[in-house]
Amino acid sequence: MEKKRDFISKKEPLVSRENRKTVGYPNVENPRMTCRNVNVYYGDKQAINDVTLDIGRNEVIAMIGPSGCGKSTFLRCLNRMNDTIDFCSVVGNISLDGKNIYDKDVDVVPLRAQVGMVFQKPNPFPKSIYENVAYGPKIHGFVQNRTETDEIVETSLKKAGLWEEVKDRLNQPGTSLSGGQQQRLCIARTIAVGPEVILMDEPCSALDPIATARIEDLIDELRENFSIAIVTHSMQQASRVSQRTAYFHLGDLIEVGSTDQVFLNPLHQLTEDYVTGRFG
Amino acid sequence: MDANMNPTMLLLTILFLSVMGFVMGKRRSYAVANDAGGVSGLHSRPTYYGSLTALWCAIPALIIFSFWLLFESSIITNLVISSLPDQLQNLPADRLNLIVTDIKNIVNGNIVSADPNPSLVAAAEHYKKLNSLSHASLTVIVITIAIASILVIQRTINPKLRARNHVERVVKYILIACSTIAIFTTIGIVLSVLYEAIRFFKIIPLSGFLTGLEWSPQMAIRADQVGSSGSFGAVPVFVGTMLISAIAMCVAVPIGLMSAIYLSEYANRTFRSIAKPLLEILAGIPTVVYGFFAALTVAPMIRDLGGFFWLDVSSESALAAGLVMGIMIIPFVSSLSDDVINAVPQSLRDGAYALGATKSETIRHVVIPAALPGIVGSVLLAVSRAIGETMIVVMAAGLAANLTINPLKTVTTVTVQIVTLLVGDQEFDSPKTLAAFALGLMLFIVTLILNVIALVVVRKYREQYE
Repeated sequence: MEKKRDFISKKEPLVSRENRKTVGYPNVENPRMTCRNVNVYYGDKQAINDVTLDIGRNEVIAMIGPSGCGKSTFLRCLNRMNDTIDFCSVVGNISLDGKNIYDKDVDVVPLRAQVGMVFQKPNPFPKSIYENVAYGPKIHGFVQNRTETDEIVETSLKKAGLWEEVKDRLNQPGTSLSGGQQQRLCIARTIAVGPEVILMDEPCSALDPIATARIEDLIDELRENFSIAIVTHSMQQASRVSQRTAYFHLGDLIEVGSTDQVFLNPLHQLTEDYVTGRFG
Repeated sequence: MDANMNPTMLLLTILFLSVMGFVMGKRRSYAVANDAGGVSGLHSRPTYYGSLTALWCAIPALIIFSFWLLFESSIITNLVISSLPDQLQNLPADRLNLIVTDIKNIVNGNIVSADPNPSLVAAAEHYKKLNSLSHASLTVIVITIAIASILVIQRTINPKLRARNHVERVVKYILIACSTIAIFTTIGIVLSVLYEAIRFFKIIPLSGFLTGLEWSPQMAIRADQVGSSGSFGAVPVFVGTMLISAIAMCVAVPIGLMSAIYLSEYANRTFRSIAKPLLEILAGIPTVVYGFFAALTVAPMIRDLGGFFWLDVSSESALAAGLVMGIMIIPFVSSLSDDVINAVPQSLRDGAYALGATKSETIRHVVIPAALPGIVGSVLLAVSRAIGETMIVVMAAGLAANLTINPLKTVTTVTVQIVTLLVGDQEFDSPKTLAAFALGLMLFIVTLILNVIALVVVRKYREQYE
């Protein structure tokens, strides 16, 4: 890695803006998820253009880019959330542990248990805190009795760093929590199903800086057990929490690389424009 | 007389004057503004000065106008009566009323009950004269006040006049007045029903009315008439109402709710855009037509079907009325529930899908609980609609007040009894007719309690889910 960074010195001419081929290192060794030549269409309009990208094990990959660049759309392909939109179609190959998730014989229900998702706005269910976390394991039949459920709720809330704050009021509605707590509840709810990958779509955009800092710490801790793909508008956040960064621009994946390299030594002119604040 | 403008013309004149006032006020404000260094030197925009003038022109004139018309008739009548010959004046009240009616008929040129008596003709002339005098003075007063207000306001317009604040305050009072009309009407209805009901309860004790198990309101109206003594136990009538409403809700809630779920969650856009208006047409069918349908189609069908199973079904059964009423109420439940289900944020559904919930799990566990306050509200609206429904029951369920919860028997409801008690020539002094008001009052109280329960339930769930 060190050698490569020497090779990409500042003096090296940047790839010009007109070139829309992905530069950098989209592939990793022993990836958790692989995406090959993914194209996404909303009706006739193409939203994602031939994206190839790997998501490694125990890493946080940040997806950045200006609004409307397709990063959220791409994220929603990874657990087939786009299935709920009638006129959206996905072409290409996305595999989880070597198995194409868009194969006809793949059922989305277990897939979404393996690839969980946290959304932009905290969206706890109209249920108690306990029920919010227990809901996923219950519908998947992971728990047989109350003791097992109690256990999974407690461990999930502990992993999400929320247990100490809510352990005395598990029966209160999830909506009674503050925004940051609600988002951690949503993370706990996702963890409870035991996913391999967690997708986060701007998880901190509705939160204040203190709540954001807590979630960022949490993301860092979660990396031990999960692969995390996070979409964010905040470049500071991307540089704080991620190991790799992918820069999207108008449906194209422009550049992928280690976070340090993308922010300090971008290879592509468009990436440099964005990370230096000249554009977007 | 020429100065005698009829009230409609006078109203139009006031309107015209206030439009004039608007134009003049606006013009005046521009004139004032020139001295104060342009329109920006004014406190409010010129339109507000115009509106203020128009309002001050119209409001006092309209207030005087309406009060005048309110009291004019009774004052003139009293004056006419006092001018009548003594032997007519000393007649009992109801005869005097008859004479006043005659006088008014002569004035309007209508047919009079007897040959016009000279004193009556004289009185009619007097009445006519007073009437036109009154109208003439009203015209003069109102127009004077309107013009005077315009002139006064014209003089007070200056750049510092806070016209916008004044206009907005007046508009606020107009809005308050409009919203209190509904409240006062409700109070008025309650009081009028309450007054008659109290007269009823003076004859029939309240406890007997509330706990009596027999309802048979037929009783002798005149002393020489042969008739049953009449018994006023309201229990059978209320049980009948509850029975039919319960049957209706058993039909309407499941069908309405499920069609709402289908329309909002499963149906594609084309189907929804056709099916929803069609479903709402159900609500637009007159209840009399439902009544035909219940009496001529559904009731015989149920009777025949019952006969097939060796059941004894009356030809006018609670079941028939309840079923048809339920069909009628479906759109209330489905349309409102559909709206609240649609209002559940997509993010909640996404959250459930992202956990791997299937569509039906998402709907049952997440969407419906989130929409519950609205669904409860729509169901309770449907219940009060069912309780108040009359026509279907009149036609399909009959009049016999049986105390039964067997849906195959004939029952009757509160509204049906009110209708039958008040149809025809009635005097408002027998318990038979007054009973209608007592029933109405009870019905009002029951629906009020239902509404309060609905509000409490909705509020409780809202606290929990939002």
